[in-house]
Amino acid sequence: MKAPLSWIKEYVDVPAGVTTEELTRRLTLTGLKLEGIESPGSQITGPLVVGRVLTKDPEPQKNGKTISWCTVDVGDANGTGEPQGIVCGAHNFEPGDLVVVVLPGGVLPGGFEISARKTYGHVSAGMICSARELGLGDDHDGIIVLPADAGEPGEDVRGVLGLDEEIVEFEVNPDRAYALSLRGIAREVLVSVDGAADFRDPAIRDTPPANDQGYPVVVEDPAGCPVFVARRVTGFDPAAPTPDFIAQRITAAGMRPISLAVDVTNYVMLETGRPIHGYDADKLQGPIVVRRAREGERLTTLDGTVRALDTEDLVIADDSGLIGLGGVMGGETTELSKSTSNILVESAHWDAVSMFRTGKRHKISSEAGKRNERGVDPTICEAAADRVVELLTTYGGGEADPGVTVVGTPPAMPTVMVPGDLATRVSGMEISEETTAECLRAVGCEVSGSGALEVTPPPWRPDLTDAQDFSEEVIRLVGYDRVPSVLPTPPSGRGLTRVQQLRRRIGRTVAGEGFVEVVSFPFVSEGDLDALGLPADDARRTMLRLSNPLSSEAPSMTTTLLPGLLRTAAKNVGHGAESFGIFEHATVTLPRAVGPAPILPVDRRPTDAELDELVKALPDQPLHLALVGVGEAELSGWWGKGRHVEWSDAVAAVLAVADELGVELTVRAASVAPWHPGRCAELLVGETVVGHAGELHPRVCAAYGVPARSVAAEVDLDVLIEHAVQLRQAPHHSAYPVAKEDVALVVDASVPAADVEAALREGAGELLESIRLFDVYTGDQIGEGKKSLAYALRFRAPDRTLKEGEAAAARDAAVALAAERCGAVQRS
Amino acid sequence: MSGPNTDYDPVEVTPLKADEVEAMRDAALAAIAAATDLESLKQVRLDHAGDRSPLALANREIGALPPQARKDAGQRVGQARGAVNKALAERQAVLEAEHEERMLVEEAVDVTLPAERRRRGSRHPITLQSDLIADLFVAMGWEVAEGPVVEAEWLNFDALNLGPDHPARTMQDTFWTEPADHHVVLRTQTSPVQARTMLTRKPPIYVVCPGRVFRTDEYDATHSPMFHQVEGLVVDEGITMAHLKGTLDHFASQLFGDGIDTRFRPSYFPFTEPSAEVDVRCFVCRGVDSPACRTCKGEGWIEWGGCGVVNPRVLIACGVDPEVYTGFAFGMGIDRSFMFRHNMADLRDLFEGDVRFSAAFGTEI
Ligand SMILES: [Zn+2]
Repeated sequence: MKAPLSWIKEYVDVPAGVTTEELTRRLTLTGLKLEGIESPGSQITGPLVVGRVLTKDPEPQKNGKTISWCTVDVGDANGTGEPQGIVCGAHNFEPGDLVVVVLPGGVLPGGFEISARKTYGHVSAGMICSARELGLGDDHDGIIVLPADAGEPGEDVRGVLGLDEEIVEFEVNPDRAYALSLRGIAREVLVSVDGAADFRDPAIRDTPPANDQGYPVVVEDPAGCPVFVARRVTGFDPAAPTPDFIAQRITAAGMRPISLAVDVTNYVMLETGRPIHGYDADKLQGPIVVRRAREGERLTTLDGTVRALDTEDLVIADDSGLIGLGGVMGGETTELSKSTSNILVESAHWDAVSMFRTGKRHKISSEAGKRNERGVDPTICEAAADRVVELLTTYGGGEADPGVTVVGTPPAMPTVMVPGDLATRVSGMEISEETTAECLRAVGCEVSGSGALEVTPPPWRPDLTDAQDFSEEVIRLVGYDRVPSVLPTPPSGRGLTRVQQLRRRIGRTVAGEGFVEVVSFPFVSEGDLDALGLPADDARRTMLRLSNPLSSEAPSMTTTLLPGLLRTAAKNVGHGAESFGIFEHATVTLPRAVGPAPILPVDRRPTDAELDELVKALPDQPLHLALVGVGEAELSGWWGKGRHVEWSDAVAAVLAVADELGVELTVRAASVAPWHPGRCAELLVGETVVGHAGELHPRVCAAYGVPARSVAAEVDLDVLIEHAVQLRQAPHHSAYPVAKEDVALVVDASVPAADVEAALREGAGELLESIRLFDVYTGDQIGEGKKSLAYALRFRAPDRTLKEGEAAAARDAAVALAAERCGAVQRS
Repeated sequence: MSGPNTDYDPVEVTPLKADEVEAMRDAALAAIAAATDLESLKQVRLDHAGDRSPLALANREIGALPPQARKDAGQRVGQARGAVNKALAERQAVLEAEHEERMLVEEAVDVTLPAERRRRGSRHPITLQSDLIADLFVAMGWEVAEGPVVEAEWLNFDALNLGPDHPARTMQDTFWTEPADHHVVLRTQTSPVQARTMLTRKPPIYVVCPGRVFRTDEYDATHSPMFHQVEGLVVDEGITMAHLKGTLDHFASQLFGDGIDTRFRPSYFPFTEPSAEVDVRCFVCRGVDSPACRTCKGEGWIEWGGCGVVNPRVLIACGVDPEVYTGFAFGMGIDRSFMFRHNMADLRDLFEGDVRFSAAFGTEI
């Protein structure tokens, strides 16, 4: 909400010593936050003065235009006192008129510098200004002609034009709709600024009583429209100009001057907070009816849009049909026009919820709607209408029709019991019952009783409904800055949960493996999954869609972290990164076919069954970890050539995480997108697949624009964490000597090393301390389709030195089982 | 000269004469002194102290002497061998030390060569900032609460006193999911976690909830459809705004430095009543009049978040008796806090995933 300071001060006296900064600081501290102070003339510098036109000689030009060569008296402002010669393209003035002259050296909005320049055969030393050139509006019909009493030639003209006006902009919270008016802001100044006094309420005025000569109005839905006031002005001059003060003030408030009739309704809305609608009375046919729209009804609103109405929408109709969307926007057929001479003024109170729903349904955001949906003082309909009639007749030359229509009465404000000590209990500082009552009266409440105060809020505060709402009013006036600072004392806490600690450890572990954590948006498209090469029946293709995605390119919540990571990897490659690893841990969204999440009551705690239904309606959101590696895993350098990242780096990173959690992962060959079908490891806890790791499919690398042979992994961290070892047991290390045995086994190339190792382990029995694969060989010496696996086995007993031949026997048993299970043949 | 010497008069055995033994000893000592490296000393040891060295051979002859002569000769040879062995040990030590010194000199490298052969990883600064904030509260005895990002409409709005027709719903531009009648949203705030906490446990409650939230904001230097919030909730007997102020002052001083406190301005949030905007004192200029301060734009205060006393309506919907318990709640943007704490200009840097950005923060902040 923007308001010129002088307009605010029209309704409240502020001590002379209070600067604008102090005034706005106080308002900020009581809840009207200052957004900024501006001045319409802040972009104008240099001489801007009153000039009197002495001569005006029209000179037709070859291009068909006629310019005027003028001499203008600018007093001593030009330093010489001689008339100033100026070329002017406008014609709406005569010799003798007072005009606005910017002299050479001046700068107008937009950085437009004025200098004496040759044009149309004259030296034009300055410019006669239009309102638009000064940033005062869009009116470009001609230059500004000042009133005869505007000043003497040569005097600075900023004050007359309101260019030095300070315009204050406040942020108005939804609960303070009353502050969307000068009336409300002035009242806030009264209660917030020390020494402010003598509030003059613009909504208090003597209004003519209702009579039966007014325009007929039938309100069929009094709940939707509790009060409807109609007044008429006849014989209005549609050509009458809007007085400067109205045009300047509504411009300052951010609205555009349109015509006197429209400008007056906006002016009164700004002044009182009460939206007003004007109809061209000659276009009305029969009585005005207020009702809800009927099935299938349509209305063309004055913005030219044809709107299909909902049966909840409040509408205004006459014999011709619908003529307006009540409280939100008028209809096209009865719109005020340039020929309107008879005006019907509507000042009605509307149900705020209906206003909100209609505005939202039809996506209409208007100044009137903004106020009506937040709640307007219902008691000032007559005063606002009367003020409109006053301004229309004063400046538009019409006559007020004696008819006054008033339908309905303003709803009464409910009385609320507010404990006298509530403000103390809420704020934590001592606030007496007397202070409480005083503050509440200051904001307009009626207060009676003691101990438990009976408080009735003023009609412009529909937001004050609960006892606690009133405590805020008291505390903000006493001062939020006076609330003491006291640390509460919680009971001793349990610290981070184990799961929270483990998650942090996982992040550190993956970072320790050389990966950089990134954060991506979870929004993806089917195309992102196509690029991953996911088959049509892949479970990851079942995604939760957003109704209103930011971009139709990414309408769904992702089921895998890989699209985001691969996009990020490609971006890094684009930035010139060659070797890097990135990771992310975040939840993914896995929809399940369940019913809607109920909207539960709020006047009690939902039952456990209701809550259960609510929670079950949500998709599964497991925490995933994904990583991508690009380029070299071990860097090239002065020590020699590096090592390119390979499938095993992705597996190793996941195994490092599992190791950190004390989870034993089984690795198995798999063929799952987006991985290379021959270089994809499936990772299992027991028989549960927790994820995959390996080299990316070449087509996936190409589709995402990451280098070939990049690697990736994705695992479900919730499952891993669930299996994390609870309590680690201390290991016992035997001090007896170790016996080492190496074996080399030849197997078919297709036999997984993990199977061979498992057989060796089992065959070797309890004496086996460790087993390590130290070489894999394929080549001529062992024949095609075969591979040789060389293992180092270490045997040790916990309680004795092994006897001669014991280790060898265990080794032979191991080899025998590997032969039986995997067809292994020991290499000699 | 080996074998029994039965044919000789023992007294006449030349090698055992005093001057002969002395000569052998002197020759040995001279050779030892002349050895310049460990290799030549090894040969000297063989020649002068080995089994076939003159002194060793002389020693063998002793047994053939008559008892008196045997004693003298034994003493003589023994002393000579002792002197030689001592000299050998000393020389060995000297040469070893010399050798080691030479080796160490020869093995010197250029230690200014680049040392890092592995890529270094890092955590995301927002993760670090979230953890840091959580730790500040855990240190006070609070706990960290969590909830899902795809959330029930009722928990995100209705339970928090944001009914379907509440004008404040338009303040938050919500991502809705399909089908619309399932009433499921991307949470617009971490407040549903507070509702979940109150619904599932009994007071006293002291929790802090960091997490991702979503709004339909276009992505630019100061807005993002996804960002991070931290909210705090306390529900206990006798909780007041003063406790809220105390908590936020403490939080501010822990996060931004000693002496940094907060300022409350009246505001409006459906979840709280009274409600306040909370400004934190500028930790760069410390709120002293400094029009040039870039961090606070000369205002001395930086907008930090929102807070207030939990609205009794929220307590009722979440099963907490407002006659017994009161509470406070607050919420701040983690990204925003991070931006001004670390002097960062463009919010998008957090979500672009440029490895150079995260890497600058390592694994702790
Ligand atoms: Zn500062």
